Amino acid sequence: MDIMPKWVDIIVVPLFSLFLAAFLAALLILAIGESPVAALNLMIEGTLLRSAGWGYMLYYTTNFIFTGLAVSVAFHAALFNIGGEGQAMIGGLGVALVCLFIPWPHWTLAIIGASVGAALFGMIWAGLPAYLQAKRGSHIVITTIMFNFIAAGVLIFFVVDVLKPTGSMDPASANFPASTHLPTFQDIASLVGFEKAFRSAPANVSFFIALFACVAIWYLIWRSPLGYEIRALGKSGAAARYAGVRPVKIIMIAMMISGALCGMMAINTTQGESERLILNFTEGAGFIGIAVALMGRSHPAGVFLAALLFGFLYQGGAELALWTKIPREMIVVIQALVILFTGALSLMVRAPLERFFMSIKRADV
Amino acid sequence: MTMNPAIELKGISKSFGPVQANKDITIRVMPGTIHGIIGENGAGKSTLMSILYGFYRADAGEIFVDGKKISIPDSQAAIAAGIGMVFQHFKLVENFSVLENIVLGAESGALLSPSLSKARAELATLASEYELNVNPDAIIEDIGVGMQQRVEILKALYRKASILILDEPTGVLTPAEADQLFRILKRLREEGKTIILITHKLREIMDITDTVSVMRQGEMTATLETNKTSPENLAELMVGRKVLLRVDKSPAKPEYPVLEIEDLNMFDDFGVQRLKNVSLSVRAGEILGVAGVAGNGQSELLEVLGGYRKANGSVKIKGSEIDLSTGVAGDGQARRAQGIAHVPEDRQREGLIMDFMAWENSVFGYHREKSNQANRFFMDNNAIRKEAEAKLDRFDVRPLDTKLRAKNFSGGNQQKIVLAREIERDPDLLLVGQPTRGVDIGAIEFIHQQIVALRDRGKAILLISVELDEILSLSDKIAVMFDGKIMGERLPSETNEKELGLLMAGVSGEAVQ
Repeated sequence: MDIMPKWVDIIVVPLFSLFLAAFLAALLILAIGESPVAALNLMIEGTLLRSAGWGYMLYYTTNFIFTGLAVSVAFHAALFNIGGEGQAMIGGLGVALVCLFIPWPHWTLAIIGASVGAALFGMIWAGLPAYLQAKRGSHIVITTIMFNFIAAGVLIFFVVDVLKPTGSMDPASANFPASTHLPTFQDIASLVGFEKAFRSAPANVSFFIALFACVAIWYLIWRSPLGYEIRALGKSGAAARYAGVRPVKIIMIAMMISGALCGMMAINTTQGESERLILNFTEGAGFIGIAVALMGRSHPAGVFLAALLFGFLYQGGAELALWTKIPREMIVVIQALVILFTGALSLMVRAPLERFFMSIKRADV
Repeated sequence: MTMNPAIELKGISKSFGPVQANKDITIRVMPGTIHGIIGENGAGKSTLMSILYGFYRADAGEIFVDGKKISIPDSQAAIAAGIGMVFQHFKLVENFSVLENIVLGAESGALLSPSLSKARAELATLASEYELNVNPDAIIEDIGVGMQQRVEILKALYRKASILILDEPTGVLTPAEADQLFRILKRLREEGKTIILITHKLREIMDITDTVSVMRQGEMTATLETNKTSPENLAELMVGRKVLLRVDKSPAKPEYPVLEIEDLNMFDDFGVQRLKNVSLSVRAGEILGVAGVAGNGQSELLEVLGGYRKANGSVKIKGSEIDLSTGVAGDGQARRAQGIAHVPEDRQREGLIMDFMAWENSVFGYHREKSNQANRFFMDNNAIRKEAEAKLDRFDVRPLDTKLRAKNFSGGNQQKIVLAREIERDPDLLLVGQPTRGVDIGAIEFIHQQIVALRDRGKAILLISVELDEILSLSDKIAVMFDGKIMGERLPSETNEKELGLLMAGVSGEAVQ
């Protein structure tokens, strides 16, 4: 019998972990002489009380949905994809090539083309470690980490030596043509008469693609025979073999879906925001994806909520860095605490809760 | 003067959450006797012994050794109290020598060599005292299971155990090795050691124990003197009702051959030959039982036939050749389409995904079949759930809750889920490995009936089991495997356990006759 009711497992445990992380972060902020209450106020004000704040938050959220889903799909196959960062970088390269070298008549077509390019490039970048894992047994954690470094090198090479316009000192590609630019939330709001909403915030239509991806991945994992096989392989390799599931094929497919999702993050950052290919555009989103997947329990709905939370922390953190003496590093520490408590230490929270529910149950008997 | 019991448990209780594993257990075992504890899986035998060995702490109750009350917080304390344990799954370091394994955890001082030479001398004494001969320098993985078990016993004796607990010790042994073990145990008893034997095999209890306790659902239902009871009586005490110990079946009416295996050879990933020129045939309406000690190629035979092992040779299903050359797991689904169903030996590792719900497991392996698809892309989960409910009901799975995860069912019910899935597809050939391993007696009866019923519907069944009783009572024809070879085929009416036991130990058929 499951010890705890499902809602406790899904809702109370992460909230409790979050609370613990927030408590420790508050102590840290106190220790450097700032007020945690003021800090929280500032974070909320800069994120949730202004439409531009929402615009930034949802921009980050979009990234985290893609990478969080990516890590989740791999998790279901018991694979730990730490290479989201690299897959997103190569995905960005795919977006840049599609946007720069194909003359797109309209952004609606360009976003489809860029999505395909991003997914394809991310897929290939995840497919190589997947092949090494499936065929040669090279551990996916090691190979995907190494592929992050290779991806960074490849990105620098392309940006600096291939795509940089002659004469430019800026390590970036040329700007994408205007016909590929994606409508931002500001553009959309203006259409319905709210010119002032979401002013200069980077959130754009790729957010809706991320939402669509959540639904698609849910269907894939819980409704399709492929998802069934991915989950079966993830739970038990021996049982999957018995049932006629080909491990090599499933490992390859799961990782390539994962890589494609990471790659697609670039339509948000590269096509949507910077509108050219720059270095470091991933900003660690590939790694945040791991925390998002852990906290979201590898379920698309959970991933969406966790991505929102991390979007809030990212944007709120930027506000803190801007308006308080809390150093930027401290914000990274706070984010790390959240990851630590919601991901790695969730068992620490779960065990006492389980004991609590056990004692209730015993009282019932 | 009355003698103190070597070990006495008074009022031991232990619960795990809402489950009470042990209820007010009281046992007295006199020194120099062999005491059997018998009960079905989940009756609480292992919990009780784990309490005695310090793995769990009892919620209530007292433990006395030699009349003195002691507490056993951990296994170190148990060892200090003179209690030794031989687990069902040996706790040996495979690539260490016998001597190193015996010393492991009982080293004295920072340097190893004094401990080793002391142990070597000690081992020589023990060997002569109890006739427990082993080569101290042999590497564990090179010696047989029987020998490994001896090392476990020596480990306990080296730690000065006077009370020896053995948990299902004969599960991995040939009948001959089991006889040898029993001789050793008798010898230990003569030397004044006290032995507690945990088993579910009635025959062992009758053969060797002086007294026996029966456990059912966490309670001690009876403690008897062995010579004043009978297997039927013990079985009834274990299950709580009258049980049929023999399978009730009519003579087989075999028809055309369904499975024909010829010269099957297989090498494992390390290049070791696991199957050697295996030839067998199973006809429709017939159960072929393959007997043998675990690890003699039976598992590999099932894996090859089930479609996830590469092999050379010829295998025909109803006359048509199947492709053995690829051995990729994907062949498993093709085999199922050809009418081969497979109940694997290890339901928890292979037959079920323990974290999947019962309904998800009810199509495992058949999940890509048309009947389970709503359309080209998605599975028809509602239909699968409904179908699962009906299937599990016909196989009397309890609780009948298709949303319960497989791991939350008892062993017997897990096995029924697997059998329901495979048998309800009405296959032409059923491969079934260890159908009743770890299953309680009540469920064994039901499972055997289902297998016989499938045979009576004119299907072919290849049964693999390490339980000789099961082979003898279910099979219409018996083949014995040893070291990847078929040692011989016999009819159940024309053979006996002794002959099969010799074949299982690798003595050739001619020599047996």
